Amino acid sequence: MDFLNYGFMKNALAAICIITPLFGLLGTMIVNNRMAFFSDALGHSALTGMAIGVLLGFAGTDIPMLLFALLFALVLKHMERKSSASTETIISVFSSLGTAVGLVVLSRGGNFSKYSALLVGDILSISTKEIGYLLAVLAVTFLFWLFCFNKLHAASVNKSLAKSKGIPVRLIEDLFAVLIAVIVMLSIKWVGILIINALLILPAASASNISSNMREYHLFSVILSVASGLIGLVLAYYLNAAAGPVIVIVAAVFFAVTFFARSWFRS
Amino acid sequence: MFGGSVKKKRKKELRERAGHLSERSACGLHCIKMSDIGVYAGKTPIIEHVNVHIHCGKLTAVIGRNGAGKSTLIKAILGEVPHVGTIEFRDMKENKVKKLKVGYVPQHLNVKKDAPVSVYDLFASCISNVPVFLCRKKALYDKILSRLALFEAEGLIDKRLGDLSGGELQRVLLSIACTPVPNLLLLDEPVSGVDRNGMELFYRTIHSLKEKYDLSVILVSHDLTLVKEYADSVILMDKTVLKEGSPQEVMDSREFHDIFG
Repeated sequence: MDFLNYGFMKNALAAICIITPLFGLLGTMIVNNRMAFFSDALGHSALTGMAIGVLLGFAGTDIPMLLFALLFALVLKHMERKSSASTETIISVFSSLGTAVGLVVLSRGGNFSKYSALLVGDILSISTKEIGYLLAVLAVTFLFWLFCFNKLHAASVNKSLAKSKGIPVRLIEDLFAVLIAVIVMLSIKWVGILIINALLILPAASASNISSNMREYHLFSVILSVASGLIGLVLAYYLNAAAGPVIVIVAAVFFAVTFFARSWFRS
Repeated sequence: MFGGSVKKKRKKELRERAGHLSERSACGLHCIKMSDIGVYAGKTPIIEHVNVHIHCGKLTAVIGRNGAGKSTLIKAILGEVPHVGTIEFRDMKENKVKKLKVGYVPQHLNVKKDAPVSVYDLFASCISNVPVFLCRKKALYDKILSRLALFEAEGLIDKRLGDLSGGELQRVLLSIACTPVPNLLLLDEPVSGVDRNGMELFYRTIHSLKEKYDLSVILVSHDLTLVKEYADSVILMDKTVLKEGSPQEVMDSREFHDIFG
């Protein structure tokens, strides 16, 4: 346990202990709602958000990234409802545009390398204050889940059915989209654009393999997410590799195991 | 309701727990009046000038070819799409306009075959705020069990939605739609994926429902044989109401033959 002698490892460990249960929780409804493309597109929009921040000369790019992601999420939701084209197509268009605009602006003058940390993420550089933000988001997410989960779930199963039960479907869906946007933006610097979606999806997908109701689903999702995070972080330390990708590999191993164990769990 | 005798005692017990509903019967004194309902996509009408007047205890079938606006009418009643015109629910016993409670049985669910969603999860999500991801409250579980029992579906409570047969899912959805008992029950092509026996069972259930409670039923259907057998009145639609009346009247009409040949 010698890695705990380093302050950055302590911080990283604390961050993992907040991010992973958060992702485990959120992932369940992203998977059930088939919103994997949506969260992925949001991750990519971070590039444009950052580009806007740079263009406008903001000192920190957090706020423009967050604002842009919120706008992006709500516009995307709106387009999904209005348009007759398939959701995947619309999201792909938004996602690639978000990436392209960001890359064009950030790579001007040939110094994209300055921003490349955004792609892979660096959890070891997180500060105590930033851990505080994550903790706040975890609390908000838990409250949302506590008060709105049933409504969100009913709406995901069938919108008209939810509507007939007096559930404000559109509001709940928009709130959920906003929540995903905030979480993705606040964690993207630590986790990275390239792998954030894997961390959101894999634990929930693994849990889905071995659960037969919502309680098991959430329990397994959070446990597998935290376990992947902790094991991945420690492994990354000894392998001297970037933490995010190692965590993804551990999560993928869990997915493989649960995939083959599913008939045993669901007897 | 389905005439089974084995679980009768248990069923009676559950019914009693379900409460006050069993003694009432349709009085015919509640009516729902839809006037000049229209739904527009931009300026193009999807449906327009739809006038429908129905009483409790009656099953009204909406028929018409694909794209005639049947499902849009349902969505307008649910408030899912914006519409013009008014929907009024009147209690003629008290001569008061009341808020209309709508129950809806969807055509299909957006649930993957292997999704970890149990019948309890869906039911509780629809009728309660006890978060289903966190806990299973005994009182709520028992309430759901008693509501499912009304449709002979109590054995399904812990099953995953993906493991239900078409008929079983139908009964679960009907049970959800009838909790609490609505004034208007909307059934959107409820018989797809259900075999013939299941369909007849379903129609018989609806029939006894409307006899028993003060509710009106609107059914969007493709099965004209079953419509003829079970509907009290029929509405033939093609963007607007072309013909309305008893099944016999509508099916003998020129409009019906123009559409169904």
